[in-house]
Amino acid sequence: MPDELLKVRDLCKSFRVPGPRRGKAELRALDGVDLDLGRGETLGLVGESGCGKSTLARTLLMLERPDSGTVSFDGTDPFGLRGKQLLKFRRRVQMVFQDPYASLNSRMTAGDIIAEPWRTHRTLHPVKHDRDTRVRGLLDLVGLGAKAMNKYPQEFSGGQRQRIGIARALALDPDVIICDEPVSALDLSVQAQVLNLLNDLQQQLQISYVFISHDLSVVRHVADRVAVMYLGRIIETGPTEAVFDRPNHPYTAALMSAAPKLDPSQRGERILLKGEVPSPLNPPSGCRFRTRCQRATDVCAGERPPVALDLEVAGHTAECHHPLLAEQSALSHSA
Amino acid sequence: MSTQMDMVPVKPTTAIVGEPETDRRPGRSVWLRMLVNDRVAAAAAAVLGLVFLTAIFGPMLVGDMATHIDLDNSNQAPFTLAHGWANVLGTDPLGRSMLGRLIVACRTTLSVAIPAVVISAVVGSMIGMWAGFYRGWRETVAMRVADVIMSFPSLLLAVVVLYVFSPSAANIVAVLAITRIPVYLRTARAESAELSSRVFVDAARTFGASGSSIITRHVLPIVLPTLLTVATLDFCYVMLAESSLSFLGIGIQPPEVSWGLMVSQGRTYLHTAWWLSFFPGVAIVITTVSATILAAWARIAGDPSQRWRLTVPQKRLSRFTKTGKAI
Amino acid sequence: MTAVAEPVPAERTDSDPALRVEGLTVDIRTISGTVRAVDHVTFAAHRGETLALLGESGCGKSMTATALVGLLEPVAEVVEGTARLADVDILSADRATRRKLAGPELAIVFQDALTALNPLYTVGTQLAEPFRIHHGMKAKDAQRKAVELMARVGIPQPQDRMKSYPHQFSGGMRQRLLIAMAVALNPRVLIADEPTTALDVTVQAQIMALLRDLRAEYQMALVLITHDLALVAEEADRVAVMYAGTIVETGLVAEVFAAPLHPYTKGLLDSVPVNAVRGAELKSIGGSPPDLHSIPQGCVYQARCPLAREVCRTTRPALQAVGARRKSACHFPEEVKSA
Repeated sequence: MPDELLKVRDLCKSFRVPGPRRGKAELRALDGVDLDLGRGETLGLVGESGCGKSTLARTLLMLERPDSGTVSFDGTDPFGLRGKQLLKFRRRVQMVFQDPYASLNSRMTAGDIIAEPWRTHRTLHPVKHDRDTRVRGLLDLVGLGAKAMNKYPQEFSGGQRQRIGIARALALDPDVIICDEPVSALDLSVQAQVLNLLNDLQQQLQISYVFISHDLSVVRHVADRVAVMYLGRIIETGPTEAVFDRPNHPYTAALMSAAPKLDPSQRGERILLKGEVPSPLNPPSGCRFRTRCQRATDVCAGERPPVALDLEVAGHTAECHHPLLAEQSALSHSA
Repeated sequence: MSTQMDMVPVKPTTAIVGEPETDRRPGRSVWLRMLVNDRVAAAAAAVLGLVFLTAIFGPMLVGDMATHIDLDNSNQAPFTLAHGWANVLGTDPLGRSMLGRLIVACRTTLSVAIPAVVISAVVGSMIGMWAGFYRGWRETVAMRVADVIMSFPSLLLAVVVLYVFSPSAANIVAVLAITRIPVYLRTARAESAELSSRVFVDAARTFGASGSSIITRHVLPIVLPTLLTVATLDFCYVMLAESSLSFLGIGIQPPEVSWGLMVSQGRTYLHTAWWLSFFPGVAIVITTVSATILAAWARIAGDPSQRWRLTVPQKRLSRFTKTGKAI
Repeated sequence: MTAVAEPVPAERTDSDPALRVEGLTVDIRTISGTVRAVDHVTFAAHRGETLALLGESGCGKSMTATALVGLLEPVAEVVEGTARLADVDILSADRATRRKLAGPELAIVFQDALTALNPLYTVGTQLAEPFRIHHGMKAKDAQRKAVELMARVGIPQPQDRMKSYPHQFSGGMRQRLLIAMAVALNPRVLIADEPTTALDVTVQAQIMALLRDLRAEYQMALVLITHDLALVAEEADRVAVMYAGTIVETGLVAEVFAAPLHPYTKGLLDSVPVNAVRGAELKSIGGSPPDLHSIPQGCVYQARCPLAREVCRTTRPALQAVGARRKSACHFPEEVKSA
């Protein structure tokens, strides 16, 4: 198990939104999330729209303050920091955004965009010449070449813009980069280039990634471990092969089967879920997946599901009353 | 945690093939080229330049031509050199040269309109951007203040204020500035609120940029072109407002002269000496139209994604501005 | 309801295709001159079958679709080519004829359902519209058919939801509505332009299952436009791969994906992270898609092709038959498998 960097326990975050009836309703975006990330590791985060992965990403970036729960980053609680210390801490987690067109200010040159973090963290590179050298270095590192420095984002293709975004994320020497669908908006041939770049950077710089994506084949390729989210909770987590090939949670199984596969030998019987994702304003009682699950019984409505430990693969857990690998699982009802 | 990053370039498989060579950033010459390309905007710029130069240097060169009373030459018609070249645009009832008065009035008019616009633009935009970015109570308070100001009929307000306090140039500027603040406030707030949810603003937040630095760095440059357009249109409005005030007798007071005042003074002579109102009126129109045209050009030139419209010869541009779309 | 992929039907070159497109060429006027967005595209779609137009952004697949349904932007125009549908060349037909064919013969489903539906009208009104226009039905009858249609595409409680507005539906439901509107009049040909790109993967599975059912029930020819290779592998019978406005390879999906005969197809298949070892590099196609303003003389793919040589730079390869049921626009198709 690689050196532990990030430890999240029981993270909760709710938003007040205009409700269906008069007044405000509470939207539980994160409802008790547990997460672990090691140094130099890639954690894949999958889930469909409304599952809360964006909120989780924003909370890890300290753009949102959680309502409850603990976050431990290299031993420190980032939400306990203030002022200068908090600013210094922000350097350690950065993000690569999904949309290469919206995430860059079209009125700034590529060089300005990459150097922008240093305008907030002035102590890092006070000398302009130094900054220019670093920008050129970063542009080379992401494969764009120093000449790109004075160009505007419109002059680049989607894949190149994403590289600028990656260079910007690297500017502060972070330990963790959260990649929010970094290749979804890119063409297939360019996707491979950017994925290779991310891989190279991880090997060179020992960066950890939280890789959010809806494309399961990409996640399978890049992630060491995978966490599956549904309606604000992580319902299954474990090493990639285990989660993909031996899913323990019915939702994971449905997700895996729903994704179209290029290789005919990998296709199995497709599990079609009934209905749609329930509204996060009113999540189902007990197990939140029970409304769409074919294995649901009465106990699923009554109690919160226990943690099912896969006895054959260490670190593979799922929350389910009736896990798919019933024989190989040990259920533990923790608080 | 690595403190010194390897500057090793990535392997060729991830590099981009065929990267073009040029290192471009629009310098002065590019702006000039864009201006020259759009002939109408170039003409407008020339006219405005002339107006500003007149305002600055005119009164010096004209001397006392504008104030020299010559009752023998009262109300002379324009376009004839019979009464001296100074009176080529005619004379007013007191025999003063129209040309001279126009030149001197130019300075007065601009020295009221420009400060009023600048003050209201700066104050209104700053409050608007701050309110729009932070939302919440700041936004509510700012908008209500704007609503209050807007709900007063501005000209009526000006009349009252200037009647109570004397109609000096400074007071006129202050009144006009205050009544125009809401326009900038609302525009800036709306744009700022929309921008504050954009992804690149989020990106700036991730490295801990403070709100005010995000506003300065991201919001202001994007909002600026819109504000400039609003300011130019407002400039026209303020010029006309000043004219109205002078028309009503509570603006610029004689012996000072502004274009608006000249229009007002020529009112009673419209049938007999039409040039008394006509030329100052034309001056106002030419200035405001030129300002509007130049503002429209500046807005396009300032936006890197729209700039291409100005780098293409006019003829080819018209082929698909007809359809309203282009690739 | 579980769904298993249907067996692949044999190539029906003998039976009359529902839609036959030949030499379709679309030019776009831009500031720096005219670009050819679609270059002599030829394909045929048969009833009861799915033809996939596969390609990345800018390859011209969407423009082909919009050209066929007559929704091109004013700066784009069809300069050449025919598209025969129900014995009519829809590209050269007059507006009245096209309007008659839109709905009963040819229909299209777009990617973004929210902008494709009118936000000001209820769903019931919009679904009833095809019946009122083409069959001249009275409002009540049209409404009844609309409810039937909503039930057919799997919208729960259709009667209650007739009075709802598009924004009150989820993304998947909206896409079903779009499909409902498209199949209302049993069209012969249904074009689906990236119908599931914006949807979650489980919803995508449901929508594709729906399209498959409808295709079988109405014996439609389904033209599926997408960039998703896995989707093509599972849903399409035949595929036409597009690059820079031209078709570079066609054939049965199973055969094309098992043994591609064009370097671009092979490059695409290699760059999909399917069987790659984690942590190892993905084989990527170097460079980026060509700028349509500067398409080279000769083969459109030469700049990125590992097999390119002199003849590729001078002569553009035509799309010609290689083997019994395959076509490839490459000078050296037999060398592709070892590239």
